[in-house]
Amino acid sequence: MTQDVAFPTRKDEAWRYSDTDALAGMDLGAFDRWQDIEVPAGETVRETLVISDENSDPDGVELRRLRVKIGKGARFELFGVIAGAQLGRVEVVLTLAEGAHFEMGGITVGGRSTVREFVTRVAHEEPNATSNQIVRSVHWGKGTGNFLGRIDVVRDAQKTDAAQSFKGLLLEKGASVNAVPQLEIFADDVKCEHGASVGQMDENARFYMAARGLSPEASRRLLVQAFIGDALVELDDEAEQERLLRIALDKLDKHL
Amino acid sequence: MLKIENLTAEIDGKTILNGLSLEVAAGEIHAIMGPNGAGKSTLSYVLGGRPGYEVTGGSVIFRGQDLLDMEPHERAASGLFLGFQYPVEIPGVSNVQFLREALNAQRKGRGEEPLSGGEFLKVAKEKAALLKLDMDMLKRNVNVGFSGGEKKRAEMVQMGILDPAFAVLDETDSGLDIDALRVVGDGINTIMRNSGKGVLLITHYQRLLDVVKPDKVSILSKGRIVKTGGPELALRLESEGYDAVMAEPA
Repeated sequence: MTQDVAFPTRKDEAWRYSDTDALAGMDLGAFDRWQDIEVPAGETVRETLVISDENSDPDGVELRRLRVKIGKGARFELFGVIAGAQLGRVEVVLTLAEGAHFEMGGITVGGRSTVREFVTRVAHEEPNATSNQIVRSVHWGKGTGNFLGRIDVVRDAQKTDAAQSFKGLLLEKGASVNAVPQLEIFADDVKCEHGASVGQMDENARFYMAARGLSPEASRRLLVQAFIGDALVELDDEAEQERLLRIALDKLDKHL
Repeated sequence: MLKIENLTAEIDGKTILNGLSLEVAAGEIHAIMGPNGAGKSTLSYVLGGRPGYEVTGGSVIFRGQDLLDMEPHERAASGLFLGFQYPVEIPGVSNVQFLREALNAQRKGRGEEPLSGGEFLKVAKEKAALLKLDMDMLKRNVNVGFSGGEKKRAEMVQMGILDPAFAVLDETDSGLDIDALRVVGDGINTIMRNSGKGVLLITHYQRLLDVVKPDKVSILSKGRIVKTGGPELALRLESEGYDAVMAEPA
C-alpha cells in the first residue's frame, strides 16, 4: 500500500526527542486520528487522559491527539498521566478566543527505553486569553520524558498571559528529559513565561526521612508524589487527583 | 542502653572518629561537648547511619541490638531519634503527612497497628499542646520557610510525636534565641526525661545545659572521648575553655 502521509522522523521539530522507530508498524489511519473538542463561549470543559499499562501495549504506540477550540471566555482543562506504552504521546493543538483560558497539568513516568511526551501547540488568537501548562516528568532506566510546547501569540492577541513550567526528576543514570519551549509572539503587550529544570532525588531529604523511620521506598514515593503533585494543583476534584497520582506512583512502585 | 566501643569512622577516607567509647544508661542525659572539628556531628550521623559515613571498626549496641547492622529507617523503628543540626526542608510534603507516615512506618516495624488520620491528629495535637507549640505549623510543609528557631521547635514536635526511647540531639540549641532555647529545652525534658529513656545531647554551650540538666558530661576531642564527669565539667569548660580542662591529666 502506498502512503500519502508519511510517518514523521526525528527531523520534524515536534518529534525531535520521540521514538519514531516505534511508529513503524502502526496503522496510518490510527496515527492520523484526532479528537476534536469545542468549548462553547463561557463554558468549562475538563478532559482527563491516562495512558497506562491497563489501556496500552507496553511495546506499542499510544497516541492521543486533541484539536481544541476554546470559545470566548471559556475554559478548557486537560490533566493527563502518561505511564504506559513504548511511545506514549499526548498531542494538543489548541486555539484560544478572547478571554479564554487553557489549564494543563501533565505527568510522565517511565523506565526501560520508553518515551513519554506531551506536545502542545497553543495559539492565542484573540486578546486577553490566558494559558498555563505544567508538566512533571519522572524517569528511570533509559526512559525519556519530553515536553515540547509551542505558543503562538498573533498580532491582535494583546494582554495574552501564557505560562509553561517543566521539571524533570531523574531517578537513575541513563534516564533523560527534554523541554523545548517555543514562543512565537507577534503582539507587543503580552506576558509569556517558561521555566525548565531537571534534578535528582534529594539525598539529604531521603536521609532525613529515613531518620524518622521511612523506608527508602516510602521516602521516594513521598518525594515523587510531592514533585508530580504540582501538575495537579489546579485539578479541582480530589478523587480525580488521587486517582491520577496513584496511577503514576503505582508505576514507580512496580518498577523500582 | 547505648554502648559504643572503640568506634572508628571515616568520611572520604579521612578518619574522624578514632576509637570512641561511650556508654549511656537508661534514665540518663549525657552531654557531649567538644571543640569544632572534634567529630560531634560525625558521631550523630554515624549513629543515624548516614550514607557516606563509613564505620571502619568498633561496635555500637543499642538496646541489646547491633545498631550498625541496621538500615537508617530500622534504627528509627528500634527507638532511635536523630535531631538534626540543620533540619531538611521538604517542599510539597506536609508535616502531618510526613509524621503520620513516619510514625506508622515505625509502628509497622514494631508490629503495631497503624494510626488512622484522626487518631494521628489527636496524638499530634496533644504533643503540640504539651510543648506549647502551634498546631498550624504541622499543616505546613516540612520545614519549608521555617526560621532556624522554628525548625528546631519542629524537631521537638517530631520527637514528641515519634516518642523515641533514645535521642541523639546534634546542636539542637544552635541558632536559637533565649525564648526558643527554653521551649526546646523544656521539650527535651518533657519528652525524654524518663527512667526508661536516654539522651545524647551534643552541644557547644552551657546555656542549653542550664535548662536540660545533664547527668554526665563528656568531652570529645580528635574523634574520641577524652574526659567524662558530672555537670560541673560543663561549667568548668565554659569558664576555663577546652584547652585548659583537657590539658589536665585524666
